[in-house]
Amino acid sequence: MWEKKPVILLILATAAILVGTCITMVLPFVWVNTEADRITSVTPYTPLQQDGRDVYIREGCNNCHSQTVRPLVAEVLRYGDYSKSGEFVYDRPFLWGSRRTGPDLARIGGKYPDAWHYKHMADPQSMVPRSNMPDYDFLTEAEIDPEYSRKKMETLGFPFTEAQISSLEGKTEMDAMVAYLQKLGSDIPWRQSAKTEVVGELANPSPKDKAAIRAGQLLYADNCAMCHAEDLTGDIGPALDEPYLDDADLFRLIHDGIEDGGMPSFAALGSARLWQLVNFINYRKQP
Amino acid sequence: MENPTYDTTIVRSFVNWSILWGLVAILVGVLISFQMVNPDLNIAPWFTYGRLRPLHTNAGIYGWGIGSFMALYLYMVQRLCRTGLWSPTLAKVQLYLFNATIITAAVTLVLGFQTSKEYHEMEWPVDLMIVVLWVIFSVNIIMTIIKRREEQMYVSLWYMLASLVGVAILFLVNSAAVPVSLFKSYSAFAGTNDANVQWWFGHNAVAMVLTAPPLAIFYYFLPKSTGVPIYSHRLSIVAFWSLIFMYLWTGAHHLLWTPVPDWVQTLAMGFSVMLIAPSWGSVFNGYLSMNGQWHQMKENYLVKFLILGITFYGLQTLQGPLQAIRSFSAFIHYTDWVPGHVHMGTLGWVSLVIFAAIYYLYPRLCGTELHSIPLANLHFWLVLVGQLIYSVSMWIAGVLQASMWHAINPDGSLSFTFMETVVRLYPYWWIRALGGVLYLVGVLIFIYNIYKTAAKAQPQSVPATENA
Repeated sequence: MWEKKPVILLILATAAILVGTCITMVLPFVWVNTEADRITSVTPYTPLQQDGRDVYIREGCNNCHSQTVRPLVAEVLRYGDYSKSGEFVYDRPFLWGSRRTGPDLARIGGKYPDAWHYKHMADPQSMVPRSNMPDYDFLTEAEIDPEYSRKKMETLGFPFTEAQISSLEGKTEMDAMVAYLQKLGSDIPWRQSAKTEVVGELANPSPKDKAAIRAGQLLYADNCAMCHAEDLTGDIGPALDEPYLDDADLFRLIHDGIEDGGMPSFAALGSARLWQLVNFINYRKQP
Repeated sequence: MENPTYDTTIVRSFVNWSILWGLVAILVGVLISFQMVNPDLNIAPWFTYGRLRPLHTNAGIYGWGIGSFMALYLYMVQRLCRTGLWSPTLAKVQLYLFNATIITAAVTLVLGFQTSKEYHEMEWPVDLMIVVLWVIFSVNIIMTIIKRREEQMYVSLWYMLASLVGVAILFLVNSAAVPVSLFKSYSAFAGTNDANVQWWFGHNAVAMVLTAPPLAIFYYFLPKSTGVPIYSHRLSIVAFWSLIFMYLWTGAHHLLWTPVPDWVQTLAMGFSVMLIAPSWGSVFNGYLSMNGQWHQMKENYLVKFLILGITFYGLQTLQGPLQAIRSFSAFIHYTDWVPGHVHMGTLGWVSLVIFAAIYYLYPRLCGTELHSIPLANLHFWLVLVGQLIYSVSMWIAGVLQASMWHAINPDGSLSFTFMETVVRLYPYWWIRALGGVLYLVGVLIFIYNIYKTAAKAQPQSVPATENA
């Protein structure tokens, strides 16, 4: 019958399409972004952060960077605590992405100091050799329009103060982008709860060992040189070319990071590699 | 019964324009594949990867895909209904609006006016143009079907009707946004809800744009090219209804392990696996139609395109459900495996079927023969090999990348930093770019062949005497 009646076919096809649609797309609205999902420490974006988010969207950053950490061992080790629904309630649109040509950014906030992001956005290869990320230097030339920001905050219904709007005067899109990146994933205190502690005596397993120093040198180039310079003379981070800390304290510092100083924790490298780094930094000059 | 007069010039115009947009999609695709290996090829701010990739996908899906489907729907509907178009004027308006929309989309995307929603990056004014375009198109097709002079609606018409209503529903819901200015809007949905709506849209755009229309084309052009009927009408019916019913449940398989509710993910996983049945229903229907006719693979170049096309559809619809399983998704999601999968569907299945249809109808619309069958064969082999190089290199790269991402040392630390995993992928990205270049050369040969065919065209288009 329907094979001879186009209108009936259209109605039946629409019905067939709407069943799965209602159950899997409409129904979840009953639970998602409700009180049950709410995390009290999660706040809306400030005008500057929202401007940064809009630049992120405009530049299509989501084509290479995801923003959701899955509850998988390696992923939590690499990026941090897995993502919770309540962390995204102010995200219009969501920016979870589908591809990781670059790393996930859901937990990037607070990982590096602002200076790292400014340098990296302007010239990614200067910080991460062999990276294939394009330069976004031009963001430093584009100024934020405070009145447009106000309009956006009003549209989104986010709270803001006049001081926040007037402080946008003279700010660039690069400032906004860095402010946004530093907000990402930092609304919940996951760093504190994920922190591991070094317990017991710390003894360098292979002090001054040549192989360990060489391995440490490679690790340094990949993980440390971007902030402390290739020759350890310091840049964003302090110089390390003079004796700095004894082996155990240096290990502890690299393992824990310095939270308010902008130094990330490198616990994920594992103790074997951390000792190689310690050996390189402390004994590279010794005969 | 007198012979109806078919409107053929509009079909030709749509084919010409869709080929142009297809060429743009492939050129941009090749460019961004080189940007992956050499970031200096990004010319900020307009021609960075982040702005060009949406241009590539939208030019491919909407310019080349939808453009061709519009051409082929307008062609098939007249013949299957034994009548001219309900409104040839509306079809002309549709052509102008289609091109205006694609041009506006391309320009605005490069200027950075985008929503970030995959396969729906265009901002709200372009969305409005698309809605008007789709209404014009749908009304013309539906009214032509209503005034048809053939009682029974053939399988292709079912798929056409389903895709018209399906795209309308998906697009309207996912477009919902609040504008702030002419080229900026915020999604009506937030966070996890927005993600779930987007991938309900995203995956079913695959159903309603990249599955139903090519199936309509396949069911029409396979019998036309081979002279043999489709194997089983009953199988066509079962496959059609189960396909359009089941697809809509599966969007969340793009969101496995994310904060989307678990039960939505599980339903998506289950239905994705079940979708193998209706997909392979059409694959078997195609294969079994060829019973006793397989020699045509050697003799008839159109059959090669169509049978390889449906074969890639079959592989695609096995690989897709595999990826939709939680454990496998945990491994390969976010890796290069995924573009390998997508391009088997678009370059393999969808484009091969469109090539076949254009090769079939273009000479007929011009009242002449195809300029060169050997060139069509060369085109076939170049795009086949190009696509296989692309997909296979990306599958290997994806598995390598996933193994490195998940590798853990005995002391519980990660074996590789992120950059160590990126550096290992450069060789595969070079190989992928090579595959893209081969595909591009194949398409240039196709364009040359069609151009030479058009140059031979008789001034008067032939009266339609062929049967549906």
